Amino acid sequence: MNPVLAAHGLVKRYGHVTALNGVDFELLPGEILAVIGDNGAGKSSLIKALSGALIPDEGQILLDGRPVHFHNPADARRAGIETVYQDLAVAPALDIAANLFLGREVRRKGVLGTVFRLLDTKRMEAESSRHMQDLKIGINAMSQPVETLSGGQRQGVAVARGAAFARHVVIMDEPTAALGVKETGMVLDLIREVRERGLPVILISHDIPTVFDVADRVHIQRLGRRVAVVRPGDVDMAEAVAIMAGAAPGKFTGSE
Amino acid sequence: MSETTDTTVAGPTEPARTVPSRLTRFAALPTVGPLAALILSCLFFWVFTDRFMTGGNLSLVVQQVMEVGTLAIGQTVVILTAGIDLSNGAVMAFGTIVMTRLAVTGGVPWPLAILLGVGVCAAFGALNGTLVTMARLPAFIVTLGTLNIAFALTHIYSKDQTVTGLPKALTALGQTFPLGNTDVTYGSVVMLAMFLIAWYVLRHTAAGRHVYAVGDNREAARLTGISTRRLLITVYTVAGAVYGVAGLLLVGRTAVGDPQAGQTDNLDSITAVVLGGVSLFGGRGSIVGVLFGALIVGVIRNGLQLMGVASIYQVLITGILVILAVGVDQLARRRRA
Repeated sequence: MNPVLAAHGLVKRYGHVTALNGVDFELLPGEILAVIGDNGAGKSSLIKALSGALIPDEGQILLDGRPVHFHNPADARRAGIETVYQDLAVAPALDIAANLFLGREVRRKGVLGTVFRLLDTKRMEAESSRHMQDLKIGINAMSQPVETLSGGQRQGVAVARGAAFARHVVIMDEPTAALGVKETGMVLDLIREVRERGLPVILISHDIPTVFDVADRVHIQRLGRRVAVVRPGDVDMAEAVAIMAGAAPGKFTGSE
Repeated sequence: MSETTDTTVAGPTEPARTVPSRLTRFAALPTVGPLAALILSCLFFWVFTDRFMTGGNLSLVVQQVMEVGTLAIGQTVVILTAGIDLSNGAVMAFGTIVMTRLAVTGGVPWPLAILLGVGVCAAFGALNGTLVTMARLPAFIVTLGTLNIAFALTHIYSKDQTVTGLPKALTALGQTFPLGNTDVTYGSVVMLAMFLIAWYVLRHTAAGRHVYAVGDNREAARLTGISTRRLLITVYTVAGAVYGVAGLLLVGRTAVGDPQAGQTDNLDSITAVVLGGVSLFGGRGSIVGVLFGALIVGVIRNGLQLMGVASIYQVLITGILVILAVGVDQLARRRRA
C-alpha cells in the first residue's frame, strides 16, 4: 500500500539543539497511527512539519506520493491536511457552527453573498449539525456558545471541525490530555468514526493505554529519529515504553 | 414459566443540558440590559420633567449624542478585538481642523477637504493598527501615544484658533428636515445609518465573525487561517475613518473647527461601549447595545439638565452607572458559566 503521507530524512535544528535528526514517517490509508515518544523526542516538531507550522531544514514530505512544501498552516489545510490542536483552537464566545466554519464561512448565493457578503447562517448550522451527527456527537443546538460545553464536547467540536474539512489526513495533538475517563472514551469513539469515514488519523499522545486501545500502528520517536513502528498486538505497553526511553532496541513490526 | 430479567446496567448519565427557553435566551442577550436601562431612564425623566418626552427634546438628545455615539462605533470594533483606542477624540479634532482649515484658508474644494480630513484620521488609525500588530505594543500604550501626537498636531496646525466662516457645504449635515412634529438633522441619520452598517457587518459577514474570533482567542483565529495581522490593521484604520466622519458631523452641528473639541470623548466613548454590554476583554457584545449605551448617557445628561441638576452630578451618575453596568455584567456571566 502506498502511504497517504510520508516524510524522508526530516531535519530541524534550533541553534545547537537538533529537534529532528533525520526522521522518516509513513501514514497508510485508512489507519490510525499513533506517534509516541518522551519529551524532547521530536513528536511536536514532526507534527508541526507535517501540518505546515514548521519548515524543516532538510528532508522531503510526500502527500499521495507527490512532494509538497508547506510554508504555513494554511498551505497544509489547502492540501487537505487538518490539524486538531492540543488547546483546541476554538473561540469560546462563538457558537458551534461559527467555530466549525471559522475561516471558511459560507455565503449566500447570488448578489446577497457576493456584493453584501451575507453569511448563510442556516446552511452553516444545518451542515454543522450533519457533521456532528455523522460523528455521533450528541449536541443538538449548533447555536450554543462553545464555552457552555464540557471539555469532552469541546474536543468533539474541534475533532468535528478537523474531520469535516479534511480531505486526506487528520492530525490530532494530545486530544485526550485534559479529559476524564468517560470523555476520553467519547473522543476515542470519535477518532474511530473518523477512520470509518476513510480518513487516516495521526494521533500524538502521552497516554499509552489509550494509544494501545485505538491505534492500528504505533510510531515511536526518540531523540529526533524514528526508532520503531509496531502494531499494538506485537508488543506490550511496557516494551513500548522501554523503546521510548531507550532501554530496549527499536523494532519494525508494523511497516510494510 | 419464562421470566424476563432486566440486564441493563444503569450507566452514568450525562446531566441533561436543556436548551434554554426563548425567554431565557432573550434575557441573556447582551443588549437587553442596556435597553432596559435606557427605557427606565426615559420613563424616569418622563415622569419627573414635563419637557423630556417631547419630539423636539428627543431629537436634541440624539444630536447631543451624535459625536460620542459615532466615535463609539469605531471604539466598539477596536474593543471587540481586545484592543482599546484612547486617541479617538484627539484624532477626530485633528480631522476637523484639517477639514476646516483646508476649506477656509487653503482654498481646497470642500469635497476634497472632507476627504483629506477623514483620510488623515484613517491614517492615524492605520498607524495605531500597525504599531499594535507589527511592533506588538499594547493598544493602550500605542493609542495613548497617538492621542498626544494628534492633540499636539491639532494645536500646531490650528495655531489654537477656532476656524470659522466655513463653506455651507461643509456644514450640510447640520441641516434639518421635518419628521413628525419635530426636526431631525441629517447628521443624526448618518450616525444611525453607520450603526446599522456596523451591525450588519459584525453580525452577518465573515469579516465580522473574524473580528469577534480575534478578540476572543487570537491564536485560535490565526490557526484557522485568518490573517489576524491584516484584520487588526483594517479594524483600526476603519475606526480612524469613522472618527473622521464623527468630526464631519461635529462640524455640521457647531459650524466651526474647534481645536479644543473631543478632549474627553475617548473616555466617554469607552463609557458608551461598556454601558452597551461590550466586554473590554474582547470577543463579546453587540453594537446595538452601544447605541443604547450612548443614548443612556445622553438621556441622563439631558434629563438632569431639564431638572436643573448641576452638570457635575451628571458626571457622578455616569460614573456610578458604569460600575453598576460592569458589575451586573460580571454577575450575569458568573451565573451563566
